[in-house]
Order: sequence, then structure tokens, then C-alpha cells
Amino acid sequence: MSTATTTEVVSRTGEVLKPKKHKGRILGSVVIALGIAFILVYCLAPFYWMIVSALRRPSEGRSTELIPSPISVENFIAVFDPSNHFARALLNSLIVAGSTTLLVLVLGVFGAYALARLDFRGKVLVMFLIVATSMFPVVTLVVPLLKLFSGGFVWFPFNWINTYQAMILPTISFALPLAVWNLNAFFRQLPVELEQAAMIDGTTRFGAFRRVILPLAAPGVFTTAIITFIAAWNEFLIALTMVNAPLMQTANVAISKFTGISQFDTPYGTKMAAGVIVTVPLIIMVLIFQRRIIGGLAAGSVK
Amino acid sequence: MTSTAARSATIGGRRGKRIGGDHGRMAYLLLLPTLVLLALVVGFPLVLSAWQSLMQSGQGIDPATGLIIKGDTFVGLDNYIDAVTGTGAGAGFWNAFWNTTLFTVVGVSIETVLGVAMALIMAKAMRATGLVRASILIPWAIPTVVSALMWQLIFDANGIANRLLDYQVLWTTEGWQAKAAVLIADIWKTAPYIGLLTLAGLQTIDKQVYEAATVDGANRWQTFWRITLPLVRPVLVVAVLFRLLDAMRMFDLPYVLLGTLDSGQTLSMLATDAAAKTNFGAASAYSMVLFAYICLVAFLFIKLLGADVIGDQNRPPRKRRVPRRLRTTSEGSMP
Repeated sequence: MSTATTTEVVSRTGEVLKPKKHKGRILGSVVIALGIAFILVYCLAPFYWMIVSALRRPSEGRSTELIPSPISVENFIAVFDPSNHFARALLNSLIVAGSTTLLVLVLGVFGAYALARLDFRGKVLVMFLIVATSMFPVVTLVVPLLKLFSGGFVWFPFNWINTYQAMILPTISFALPLAVWNLNAFFRQLPVELEQAAMIDGTTRFGAFRRVILPLAAPGVFTTAIITFIAAWNEFLIALTMVNAPLMQTANVAISKFTGISQFDTPYGTKMAAGVIVTVPLIIMVLIFQRRIIGGLAAGSVK
Repeated sequence: MTSTAARSATIGGRRGKRIGGDHGRMAYLLLLPTLVLLALVVGFPLVLSAWQSLMQSGQGIDPATGLIIKGDTFVGLDNYIDAVTGTGAGAGFWNAFWNTTLFTVVGVSIETVLGVAMALIMAKAMRATGLVRASILIPWAIPTVVSALMWQLIFDANGIANRLLDYQVLWTTEGWQAKAAVLIADIWKTAPYIGLLTLAGLQTIDKQVYEAATVDGANRWQTFWRITLPLVRPVLVVAVLFRLLDAMRMFDLPYVLLGTLDSGQTLSMLATDAAAKTNFGAASAYSMVLFAYICLVAFLFIKLLGADVIGDQNRPPRKRRVPRRLRTTSEGSMP
């Protein structure tokens, strides 16, 4: 093969390999190995500390031993103590994040397709508006909505405090732009020829969208669903403001309000165990779909 | 790949001419649900907030009749003036403003340097890439509330941070150390995110550009400043802008890590606090100031650094053009 000469000279990293630079290369790989080790410790050490602290006995909440002895699951049992309503909080989180994701995807997929494929007047303005809303400070919405939902205006005679819709509607404000933006990036990656072929074969543009583009974009829709779900699941300010009844709290709010027996006793073990419970489903999702998630996160910024 | 890109570009050009009002109407129809919903959950509350910021909520006494008026009274710009002069209800405004600024500027600067360093390392790594990629997503996936609790434990007076430092710092008490705690926790969570996005940008750079640089005798330092950084810049600028605007609305982390300490109070927290006391007028004013501040930063950033947030379709990105030219010559020289 004619490329044989090239592979001899160029390493996988794209550096030209000269016999003289051998020492530098070894030094370089040592630096990179150290860098990798740093990244791993940086990302995993605090997370490891959370897991380890969750696995201690409740009385050893502040212990600084690197490995808990004995390992105990008492904290995990304490999390589900009926007074915490934590199972219900998980369900609330699932309802809020799940229905937000579903709603946002169903509506966003059409808008994203229009932005990716159709030319129309005011397109740049619409794209600008969508990006702008995704950077909108949530607190600017939460303040008037709190007043609105708590019956502060005569023309809105409903009390929506402690309801799911009071959490879902404001969450849409950042979840919808996020979803539209990600989907838009995925649609753009698909070749235009596919729809054109389908339309030449006699289907309408909508038919081409439904039968050709949507099935092909399924991985993209799925990735967007995961990213949107994680964003909605992690939301805190809205859930904290719109709800004061323990039974309607989301998991994040419930964890932040865990209290110990006395005011000065912080139940670190229980909090860490609850944190692990909330985080582990996300970590599993991330581990399974890591390639797609990275692709999805990057798609929003690399064009 | 080059030919596909070129082909779709010409087709795109032709399509642009062909599509008339017919598809325009369809586009509006498809966008309608998104836009209506956004108008409802963003536009409407924004207008309401702007209006509310000119009101004094709660009960006041009518000077003419001496009766208690329930509901809102129009006070003009009083809420804003209170905030800027730091009088009355606006006492905590400047503290919150400077905290927000500090967390944003210092936090995002360190995150960016750290994130780019991580991306450079990951781009060079040949082994354990799956493990690295998975672990770098963990800080991103952990809910901020959970990470705040995690750091609260780490920064406990008898916690692991003090043990490792072998020095007693009361991290979660008023003072610079509380700000440092917020910054460390924030940087931990977001630097890997910048790293990921930068890595994605690095991977779109054609390796032959580096070959050309090496042939031209560039050393590593020159290669980084003259090639890597300019080529990854469009991606990095957008990532940094998103992070800046996200840091400016920070709420969860200081709220959970420090509670109501003044040292960690941000504008978002100040507004939420006022709203919780049903002082909606002041709360709206703070949140409108934050909104204006965010708009200003976004505007300056886009103007000065040319962040291409929307991604202009008509102009092919520069990073593609450079490798294409190089590839043609190399293809030409090889049979």
C-alpha cells in the first residue's frame, strides 16, 4: 500500500516520529499518563467520598476513614424512613422530569425540524430567541410565577402551589430550548438527499419527515431525551419555590431538607445515601449511553 | 467526506431558491407549539416581572384616606433605587451582586483553563479513553444539590478537606473561605463539561494541520497557541459563554452548601429570598437587574469575541476549510 510510508512516519497522535525525539516521546507519555490520573482522581474522588460516607454507620457520619469499617447500609434504610417521604419524592421527581421531557420532545421535534430544514423569514430571529431563552435566569420567571400560582393576581383565581403543573411549566422554559437545540443539531447531520429522494418518490414533506427523518433521527431524539431528563431531574430552584408540602417535594428538595435529631446534628450519612440513590440512576444512564451523550452535548456547540 | 459536504452545500443552495412561501407557512406551523409555549412560560412571566418590579407588594397605607390598601401600589423605580443605594429592602444588593460577579469571573476562568487542559490530555490519551470519558461525565450528571451536600461533608470542620490540608479551616462560616468553598465545588462540577466540549472541538481538527506545523518546525508551545487554540476557539467561546450565563444565575450550590450566609448570597438567592417573604416588588427588581446583567454580558461577549451562538449555515466554518485545502494537495501527490 502506498500509505505504508506515511504510517511509518506519523504516529496516531499525528506527531511525526523522528528517531532522535525518542526521549521526548517517553516523557510526553508520562505527562499524559499523569494527566489522565489527575482527571480520574479529580472526577471520581469526591464522588467516591460520597459513596463511602453513605456506607458508614449513621453514628460515624463525619468519619474520615478512607474505607468504611464495618460497611453498613443503615443509612440507606434511614433514607426511606416514613417521616422523610423519600419514596414519594422520587416519584414526584420522576413525574415532573418525565412529563417535562415527554412534552418538550413531542413539541420540540417539529420546531427543530423546521429550523434545521426549512427556509423561512425570521428564522435567525427564532433561533436567537430559542438560544436566548435557554440562557434565561430561572429566578426571573420564578418570582412572578410564585405570585401568580399562589393567587396573588385577581385574574388568576387558582392556587397552583403544591401541584405538578406549577413545577412542570417553569421547567419547560429551559428544557424546551435545550431539546429544540439538540434535535436541530441532529437533524442537520442527516443528509438532505434522503428527504429529497422520498419526496421524489411521491411523499409529501411531512411524510418524508415522519417516515424517513424521524426514524433515522431516533438516536438523536433518544439522546436529547436523556439530556433533557437529566436537566429536569437536577432542577432545584423551581421545585423549592413552588412546593411547600412535604408530599409534593421532588427528591432534590427533599434531600436538601433532611434534618437530624437536633439542630446541630447534620445527618450526613442519610444525606449522602439519598444523594447516591438520586445520582446512581443518572450515572448508570451516563455509563450506558456515554458516547451518545457526549455526542449530544457536543452537537449543541460544534457546528 | 469532502465531496459529500460540497454536494450538500450546492443542493442546499439550490433548495434555498426553490423554497417559497409554501414551506414558510409550514415552518411557522411546525414552530407554532414551541413558540406559543415559550411565550407562555418565558415571555409572559418576563413581562409580569418587569411590571411587578415597579410595584410595592403587600399592604400600604393610603395617605389620603388613612385606610390600609391591600395589594400592590405603583412605586415607579423605587425598588431599583433601593437596590442601588442599598437602603431599606435593598440592603443586601451589592453584596449579592459582587458575589455573583466573583463566582462568575473567577469560577469560569479557572474552569476554562482546567477544562482545556483536560481536553488536551484526553485528546492525546490512547489508553483508558472509555474510563476517562465515563468518569468525566460523572460531575456533570450529579445534581448540583447532591454535589453541594457532598462538598458540605468534605468541607466539614472535621471533614476530609481539613484532614488532607492538616489545617483547620471553618469553610462554611462567613468569610473568604466560604466563597472559596463555593468556587471549588462549582469548578469541580463544570470544568469537565468544558473539557468535553473542547475535546469535541479538538477532534474536528484535521491531523494534517499538525503535520504541516511540525514540518514547518513549530514546537509544542507554538502549535498550541498558533494552531490548536485558534481552531478550537469557535467551540470554546460558545462553551465559555454558556458557562458564564449559567454561573451568573447560580442558586442551588451556595443555597445548599452555605445556607443563608451572606458570603455566598447571589442575586438569584437574594431575589428568591425576597419573594419568599412575599416582597415581590423587590424580588422582581433584583431578578430584572440579573436579567439585564446577563443580557449585557452575553451582548459584550458576542460582540467582542464573536461567539457564533446560532451557527450561521451559509458560511462554512473555517476549521473545515483549512484541512480541505491541505487534503487536496496531499491527495494530489499520492497515486
